[in-house]
Amino acid sequence: MNIFVFVKRVPDTESRIRIQDGGRAVAEEGLNFVLSPYDEYAVEEALRLKAAKGGTVTAVALGPDESLVILRKCLAMGADEAVLIKDVGPETYDGLRTAAVLAKYMTAKVPQFDLLLFGKQSVGADNAQVPSMVGELLGLPQVNVVTKLEIEGGAGTALREIEGAREKVVFSLPAVISAQKGLNEPRYETLRGIMAAKKKTIPVVTIAELELSAEETTSRVEILRIEAPSPRLAGKVVTGPAADAARQLVEFLHNDAKVI
Amino acid sequence: MILVFLETREGKIKKSSLEVLSEGARRAGEMNAALAAAAVGPFDQALAAEVFGLGARTLYHLEGPALEKYSSQGFALALAGLAAEVKPKAVWMAASALGRDLAPRLAAKLKAGLASDCTKVAVAGGRLEYTRPIFAGKALMTLALQGDPGLATLRPNVFALGEAKSAQGEVVKKTAAVAEDQVKARVEEIQKEQGAALDVTEAEIIVSGGRGLKAAENFGLLQELAAILPRAAVGASRSAVDSGWIGHQHQVGQTGKTVSPNLYMAFGVSGAIQHLAGMSGSKVIVAVNKDPEAPILKVADFGIVGDLFEVIPPLKDELKKALSD
Repeated sequence: MNIFVFVKRVPDTESRIRIQDGGRAVAEEGLNFVLSPYDEYAVEEALRLKAAKGGTVTAVALGPDESLVILRKCLAMGADEAVLIKDVGPETYDGLRTAAVLAKYMTAKVPQFDLLLFGKQSVGADNAQVPSMVGELLGLPQVNVVTKLEIEGGAGTALREIEGAREKVVFSLPAVISAQKGLNEPRYETLRGIMAAKKKTIPVVTIAELELSAEETTSRVEILRIEAPSPRLAGKVVTGPAADAARQLVEFLHNDAKVI
Repeated sequence: MILVFLETREGKIKKSSLEVLSEGARRAGEMNAALAAAAVGPFDQALAAEVFGLGARTLYHLEGPALEKYSSQGFALALAGLAAEVKPKAVWMAASALGRDLAPRLAAKLKAGLASDCTKVAVAGGRLEYTRPIFAGKALMTLALQGDPGLATLRPNVFALGEAKSAQGEVVKKTAAVAEDQVKARVEEIQKEQGAALDVTEAEIIVSGGRGLKAAENFGLLQELAAILPRAAVGASRSAVDSGWIGHQHQVGQTGKTVSPNLYMAFGVSGAIQHLAGMSGSKVIVAVNKDPEAPILKVADFGIVGDLFEVIPPLKDELKKALSD
């Protein structure tokens, strides 16, 4: 199986977000960047499928040179190849622009593939758009928010999380799958993997050489402003006997907050 | 025109879709634009009154042999065909599991911009401005979309339901040209989760547990509380989920779900920054924690410093009393 897994460099989830450029961008300085958490499940699933079925795993990132760090992590986890599609511009928050670049990369540079794996969303932009959009642009079926995946021959079965239930989806290959927490337990890189990853060459593809149209590379998202949410103020805090505290709480919910 | 896609489940229009329709009526009114709704696949005509009552004048019902069950490919094809014909300024749907699956597929088909999971929509200078949380709510982005139509998904439980009026409208039936072989991923079966009909993203009240619950079986206490409360679901912190005490579909926070219920009750949840990001949009927050320094108490409207195992039993009794009033 020829598997591609698409990964993104994002600030870790413990980060405090600061806003700059007069409210047009998120400040990157001082943030600790990591492989987006849901992408880790996608990489792990790719490696497990390869172990079971054979084939190759290629990790692809779209982003600045600093994305090489997460690509090296993918190699250290066990991916065979990694590719950086270099994009130096600011984050556009336009999923369709990202999807157009990734889809064009696949049609222009990859003659054959079976499975495209993504995290269900990048942690940060939180759009959850790119997997479905790549699916549409390449004419492939998609299954999103997947917690179980089985591939047999030219077809697959996936469990996808919906509200209070799971959908069992059957699909033909090639296909786009986006990973949800619960799909697997991502492995840690081994020291040997890290050493081997250091020696690998990561080819860099520019957006220019993919020859996209102006329409495809222009963001449809006009960022008007980015703001901090209004801070929540601490309310009443009570101590003392549990029965009294419980009574006061219910009074508050019933009479003041009126939510019960 | 603002066109709202209606999602149905078990023969009813989902509440989250009615919320989107209600917001559509408010913004279309402001823009002097028409409001229309679209249903795809099986749809009971008796539901049309509800749709017209909330302000839509037209209900498009798209049918076809490949549309009996939801598929992102089939539904996107049908809706793209309708959009090409009626040329809406905006196409909206709920940011439900289905909406988040379908909207990007449709956007790519229409080469349209998409604002995901919006929590506010405004009209300024005749165009729509969408506000959506980024970094799970650590920041809010307001954006406008270039080109028509612009697509948006609206977060459940955030937009108020409109007041239903008695109103007339027109049902326009269309046969969508979608062939069976254009659908390459199909839902074969829906497996319901036992005892959890309501997802945390849909619940009006969330009773959430963290490390302070100490063991998987203690989530039973929260389930009992949730059972007393109307439209309530059980949530959890990442550490509770990672300890294997409860399934990850209950996780609230930056690597779980971002929620905006009317009431969020946190028991034994310390309030890590990634958890606070996911639940700070709640209208009212209550926290019960042994540690007076727990960060969750700094964002709670009402906090109890105490042992949750001592607080829950009298709390259940008090809630039952208050609810029976």
